[in-house]
Amino acid sequence: MAGAGALVAAGLGFDAAVAESTKVKQNLRIAGAKESHSVCPYCAVGCSLVAYTSQKSDGSVQLLQIEGDPDSPVNEGRLCPKGATAMQLATSPRRVESPQYRAAGATGWKSVSWDFALGKVAQNIKASRDATFVATDGNGNTVNRTEGIAFAGGAAFSSEEGYFATKLMRGLGLVYLEQQARV
Amino acid sequence: MTNHWRDIKNADLILVNGANPAEAHPVGFQWFMRAKLDRGAKIIHADPRFTRTSAVADMYLRIRTGTDVAYFGGLINHVLQNNLYSDVYVRNYTNASFIVKQGFGFTDGLFSGYSPAKRSYDISSWSYELGSDGFAKRDMTLQDPRSVFQLMKTHYSRYTPDMVSSITGIPADQFKKVADLVGQMGKPDKVMTIVYAVGLTHHTTGGQLIRSGAVLQLLLGNMGRPGGGMNAERGHANIQGNTDHAISWELLPGYLRISAPGQRTIAEYVAQSAAKKSDPNSWNFFGTNYRKFMVSLLKAWYGPAANADNEFAFHYIPKPAQNASWMSIYDQALKSKMEGVILSGMTAASIGPDANQVQQALANLKWLVVMDPLPTTSSEFWRAPGVDSSQVKTEVFMLPTTHWIEKDGSFTNSGRWAQWKDQVIPPQGQARHDHWILADLFNRVKDLYKQGGKFPDPILAVTMDYKDPLKPQLDEIAKEINGKDLSTGKQMTSFANLKDDGTTTAGDWIYTGSYPDAGNLMKRRNGLQDPKANDPTGMGFYPNWAWSWPLNRRVLYNRASADLDGKPWDATRPGITWNGTRWVGDVPDYPATMDPHDPKAWLPFIMNGEGVGRLFSNGMVDGPFPEHYEPVESPVTNPLHSAVSASPVAFLYDAAAGRPNRFGTVTDYPYIATSYRLTEHEHYVTQHVPHLVQLQPDPFVEIPFELAQDKGIKSGDKVRVSSKRGKVEVLALVTKRLGPMTVAGQKVYQIGIPIHWGYVGISADADPSHGRYWLANALTPFVGDANSRTPEFKAFLVNLEKM
Repeated sequence: MAGAGALVAAGLGFDAAVAESTKVKQNLRIAGAKESHSVCPYCAVGCSLVAYTSQKSDGSVQLLQIEGDPDSPVNEGRLCPKGATAMQLATSPRRVESPQYRAAGATGWKSVSWDFALGKVAQNIKASRDATFVATDGNGNTVNRTEGIAFAGGAAFSSEEGYFATKLMRGLGLVYLEQQARV
Repeated sequence: MTNHWRDIKNADLILVNGANPAEAHPVGFQWFMRAKLDRGAKIIHADPRFTRTSAVADMYLRIRTGTDVAYFGGLINHVLQNNLYSDVYVRNYTNASFIVKQGFGFTDGLFSGYSPAKRSYDISSWSYELGSDGFAKRDMTLQDPRSVFQLMKTHYSRYTPDMVSSITGIPADQFKKVADLVGQMGKPDKVMTIVYAVGLTHHTTGGQLIRSGAVLQLLLGNMGRPGGGMNAERGHANIQGNTDHAISWELLPGYLRISAPGQRTIAEYVAQSAAKKSDPNSWNFFGTNYRKFMVSLLKAWYGPAANADNEFAFHYIPKPAQNASWMSIYDQALKSKMEGVILSGMTAASIGPDANQVQQALANLKWLVVMDPLPTTSSEFWRAPGVDSSQVKTEVFMLPTTHWIEKDGSFTNSGRWAQWKDQVIPPQGQARHDHWILADLFNRVKDLYKQGGKFPDPILAVTMDYKDPLKPQLDEIAKEINGKDLSTGKQMTSFANLKDDGTTTAGDWIYTGSYPDAGNLMKRRNGLQDPKANDPTGMGFYPNWAWSWPLNRRVLYNRASADLDGKPWDATRPGITWNGTRWVGDVPDYPATMDPHDPKAWLPFIMNGEGVGRLFSNGMVDGPFPEHYEPVESPVTNPLHSAVSASPVAFLYDAAAGRPNRFGTVTDYPYIATSYRLTEHEHYVTQHVPHLVQLQPDPFVEIPFELAQDKGIKSGDKVRVSSKRGKVEVLALVTKRLGPMTVAGQKVYQIGIPIHWGYVGISADADPSHGRYWLANALTPFVGDANSRTPEFKAFLVNLEKM
């Protein structure tokens, strides 16, 4: 049936249709775009993505399109509704633009500098570690653990970030360490 | 997964339990459909709810949530009673022939060694009878009454079709049809896969639910084979990679155990952590090399500060006193013993069980750091609907981080394929990479410790060998994970070459080989451009697409894919094959040139002490054989043993801490509830994605048609679902996808609760109450699996009212 339809279409001015499609192709959103490879950020099927970007005249990079990578033996170019809308997760007006701080009992956020936020968190880590660090337990065993700080997260990390987080948190003596595997 | 996504196309029969891949992993589900369409495979879906997976399955079984041990136990019984197991495989590739010690037993729902006061087992009787050579005694005829085989046969003889039906609610005649199909899968030319997701793990018996499937697979000879295995579909892009890298209290990278109090040396740590050989032909590869992996890790983390004179800085690794998993963090906070929590890409307020209790726990903290690109229920918990912000004394920091596409690095999928991704766009706004935030924080803490503080040694020693220690490149970290030979400076090519003398490093030994000097193998992209060249065996391994741990092996335990002579059980679906001089096919899980006919040839399962698959295991705290226990909240008592109805060893946090009981009973909460996820959302982050919110805008619960009729509830009505712990007030979706079942002679209903909504996001912004009663986890119980403490999200009791 499709073949028959095409024949009919050809009889009705196929040349014009080709000219029209050529024009569309020239105006493709991704024409001249840079092609990069990524992986879907949602579930762990691990669908490969092709992402297209262009550089604007002011030097900023614009994300134009994300689609399934047809070369992948995992997804063969296919994406689910989440993967297909990954662009709306990648760039969003809902993003938190700068570090925010909420003091004890405060009723709102205050925008703060990175230096302020990281400086204060570092002091908190130091104080809580010193207050809850156990070098030797009741049985005289060397245990060197920080009991009063927990770190959790990482299922959205690149693996290398996750490894780095583990290394640093164990370095601080943390025993309360968790990610999404259990929940 | 023991196997990988594309491999599912190689199966003849696919059992799907505790999962809904057509909706939760839709693109992965194409491989189920390929098996069905291309080779006539059958799909059997056992699930409380009829879903799109059920719609294309050959059989759908409405199963009561949390009862899959009974289902698999019934199948095990069927296979054993009718001699349908793979005989050669069971004798030679499993511990069926091992003799269990006198003193082991199982009576009225309890295994030997139980202490009611401690709510735990002394597992010393769950072990093998040893011969004078120190190895386990075996009876290759499998006739010894104390052989694993005979003990197992007796254990599962109670799981008759009628008993299975009474527990699971699956009609006995339907169950027998499944048993007939499964019973054919022990033949060499047949292979079955079991696919599961968090519908199996999220129970107080979660570990045993999975083990029961694995035991069935071992009996059928399906472990290690293409088209076979136990395959966990994981829910987040890189949950696998970050489990491998041990963001997990009980682990160090590469599934090494965390060290424990009382271990003074690495030798003592290894003695208590590594498996020991229980058969002369067991290679015990992991146990034998445990020390090398540990020393190489310590060298990667502590560099020159780790040396032979100080046990390679073994005491820089903290030694936990007790469980320190998810619920334990908030339990400690409720006891005011937790001061600060750092959350990255994970929202405590929504994700854990008993959200109202967790809300209190967060308010008990001194400080909370949320690292995320978008606001979360945790960053906003102090001003959640109904909360008086001025009363919340927790200091809160929201640090904006980059998304996956603003940084490079690898994601490891469920099938263990580590796939590298590019940095596609620069960070938005002031967002920073998580690892740069952590590097900066750590550096600031280090500066503070240079002026004094408790035991600063490990903080000062942690290696930061990056071009810019405040901005490490993920490429540099990938090389560190792989490890190097310190004497030559070359990248390691295999963990087989790691040493225990401090001359090698490996940040995570199972990734050693992913980044040799030749380059980053996770970047490889030889895929469908040329299937003939890129998939030479035709089995779908695609060995030069990305990199799979360990050593680019695509199917784990693949020595078991071949028979005693090294021939594939099924020549049309080879894993590895002995060609007379070497093993060919997939990367062998075995020495490449070890002749299978050599009397000293290793047994097939090289990673454990036995050398064979464990039908009986002392690796679980709740029993060497999986046994059915009721969920902590259940409408019935256990039909097998009413005196021991629920798990006797599940840890009860509230009771242990002296807090009031938060479990309900069937009198007040007569309906079973289970929680789940939808195609259009992932956990909570998609509440910020406009297209997805348009597709699934409103929170709802699914209510069985008959129950809705009894209650006068129509689709679109607002309903209140409440448990002992909290409530949700959302829309009703009345459906025949759920329905009444008969369990232990009683009629029961199951209600379905999608988890995705809360008080943050586009939907909440548009709601007059701002999503005040939308958190599904306000309902779920603060109790988890006896082994892993994975919460029982999937089976609890609720009441239902029309509002």
